[in-house]
Amino acid sequence: MSKKFASERRNFVIGSLAAGSTVFAGNATKATGHDDPAITELQPWASELGDGVDASPYGKPSDFEKHVIRRNVSWLTADPTSSVNFTPLHALDGTITPNGLCFERHHGGVAVVNPGKYRLMVNGLVDQNTVFDLSDLMRFPRTNRLYFLECAANSGMEWRGAQLNGCQFTHGMIHNVLYTGIKLKDILREVGLKQSSKWILAEGADSSAMTRSIPIEKAMDDCLIAFKMNGESLRPEQGYPVRLVVPGWEGNMWIKWIRRIEVGDKPWHHREETSKYTDLFEDGNARKFTWEMDAKSVITNPSPQAPVLHGRGPMVLTGVAWSGRGKISRVDVSTDGGISWNEARINGPADSKSMHRFYYEFDWNGQQLLLQSRAQDDTGYVQPTKDQLRSIRGENSIYHNNGIQTWAVDRNGITENVEVS
Amino acid sequence: MLKYLNLALIQFSLILFAHTGQSEPLGLGRAATENELKAWDIDIRPDGAGLPTGSGSVLSGEETYTENCASCHGDFGEGIDRWPELAGGFDTLDSEDPVKTIGSYWPYLSTVWDYVHRAMPFGNAQSLTDDDVYSITAYILYLNDLVEEDFELSNKNFSSISLPNEDNFFHDNRNTLENKQFVKRCMQNCKPDVKITKRAVVLDVTPDTEIETEKSVPKVEIQEETASLNPQLVKDGEKVFKKCKACHKIGAKAKHGAGPHLNNIYGRIAGSLNDYKKYSKNIINAGNNGLIWDSETLSSFIENPKKYLAGTKMNFKGIKKSADRNALLEYIKSIASSGN
Repeated sequence: MSKKFASERRNFVIGSLAAGSTVFAGNATKATGHDDPAITELQPWASELGDGVDASPYGKPSDFEKHVIRRNVSWLTADPTSSVNFTPLHALDGTITPNGLCFERHHGGVAVVNPGKYRLMVNGLVDQNTVFDLSDLMRFPRTNRLYFLECAANSGMEWRGAQLNGCQFTHGMIHNVLYTGIKLKDILREVGLKQSSKWILAEGADSSAMTRSIPIEKAMDDCLIAFKMNGESLRPEQGYPVRLVVPGWEGNMWIKWIRRIEVGDKPWHHREETSKYTDLFEDGNARKFTWEMDAKSVITNPSPQAPVLHGRGPMVLTGVAWSGRGKISRVDVSTDGGISWNEARINGPADSKSMHRFYYEFDWNGQQLLLQSRAQDDTGYVQPTKDQLRSIRGENSIYHNNGIQTWAVDRNGITENVEVS
Repeated sequence: MLKYLNLALIQFSLILFAHTGQSEPLGLGRAATENELKAWDIDIRPDGAGLPTGSGSVLSGEETYTENCASCHGDFGEGIDRWPELAGGFDTLDSEDPVKTIGSYWPYLSTVWDYVHRAMPFGNAQSLTDDDVYSITAYILYLNDLVEEDFELSNKNFSSISLPNEDNFFHDNRNTLENKQFVKRCMQNCKPDVKITKRAVVLDVTPDTEIETEKSVPKVEIQEETASLNPQLVKDGEKVFKKCKACHKIGAKAKHGAGPHLNNIYGRIAGSLNDYKKYSKNIINAGNNGLIWDSETLSSFIENPKKYLAGTKMNFKGIKKSADRNALLEYIKSIASSGN
């Protein structure tokens, strides 16, 4: 391949891409025997002084990473105060989602709660209707846990077919965060549960006063009342100062800005568990209380926003996998659209109900690829194809689409969202 | 001796608590008062638990709904733009285009009362009285042909109303229906061949992936002296603007919502934005007759929109306090004059 062609190809790729995508190759020449000006010329950073220590007291990403941001799809919703944006999965690695990149979903905008006026009320079928302030919560024993939060509608736009070109948009309603908080069961024990208690209602302090019913078994199992994410206070858009953590279950239940927990003997059937977050089947009947998130995976590189710019030869394919029922025991990867599969390598923290990172390194021969990943969790459940899901649920569903994703990589490395037979 | 033994037991149990985390109450928090419970314990259940005493008719509901809900949900619950449809959609749930409304989909009326009361109107939540909520709920039933126009809903007859789709929900059955099928993991020769069947590029609905440059909003011709902007007033006004922002956007990326964007509102002829299609005839006429928005006209309009400009589609009660109006206008002015 002539050098001229290679350069034209690169220009084409860049022109048809998300502008601003990081092109690590830069202008480096790969031909041997030529001097690389990145080395032979004195670079300004090697000569001049940089900023002093307090130039950015909180700190921010490199200016070269300005394109790594949450993005929304404006046509999805009526208004940005009741909408969603998406985590840039294609630009991340490892397993932890940086706080500023965790996708947002609000139903009445971001509530700005003054921590001095923060109260958590627990009432209903309890020995004592009780009010806690933040300093009370800080005196319960703390725990640290890594969990993914996935919106039940993640990949919902793909139910009827490939629609959005980018794993940020198809799979970006997820984040994986280390929470510091206290066990919900410690709080429920503190107020004393009545024998008849079967459900809790968690309620937010925002202007949508978001509510969800949660069975008492889950509340007494692994739910947390969290106040830190990845070591720092929760971000406002993630529920500052306090949110509920409901491991493995759909994100809508993780009530942000939580102000009240009512204990009762029946579910409340509120808006977000009847008109929303129910799965309409082809026959017009709808499935409700679909709390657990099924095992799922997606390849983040290559993907439409992160095409292959390096040409044939060694390639690192990577992606993420998770299950609301436990750990991911295995991820397989196909490069031929699901005819044959190879086991990928899981690397990094791999906690139950948290995001797992997988890698598959191979030698690309420059031909078209149809990339797929398939997760299996430790219950034995294997991520199904989209057609398997449709054959059971029809095409009117919105939520819980955990079907296998296909990316087509062409000879130029351009990657697009497709479905295959 | 007995005394010492007790002491030893207490010490032992203290050690036990310390090591096992929490198994006895820590004595944290305080009892909630009756008024606190009344303020926050607002949830309603399908069996009627939680419903306050009160009532409201279809007739009174029409007025309350038109004033508070119609600007987003439409006069007949048809939904404007992408705001939810509230009425109709019967017999569509098993079609290719299911329309999920309160009448066609929602299983329980209590959910309507609870949600309207806790979260509506959008941007002005928990501002409705209990009787307003009964009225709106009654009117939504009427829009769905579920009650007659002389109907009155109250806490007494609430439980006698059931919604048509109540019986068509079933509990999560993934465990028995799906999960046992999803256990096979083929590794080789899993299918004879592969063809691409669907491509996202065909639809072309992915947001432009270019980093949005700050789009330049047409230069503002500032009609009034803006050097004297009062920062405190601007800050207060930003809070007042929360009442407006469900419908009106302002700033560099502002687009039209239910109402027109407010960039360059100062000096704008009323009803004059060509790309905003939802003006009332009356506001366009007012503009043609010379109504130009300035501090005085805006303040009068915002104080009581329907009184100042009969026939306006702006369903908003108005901001009665002149201090709030002044702050709001200062805020709007600050955005307009910051060159955004």
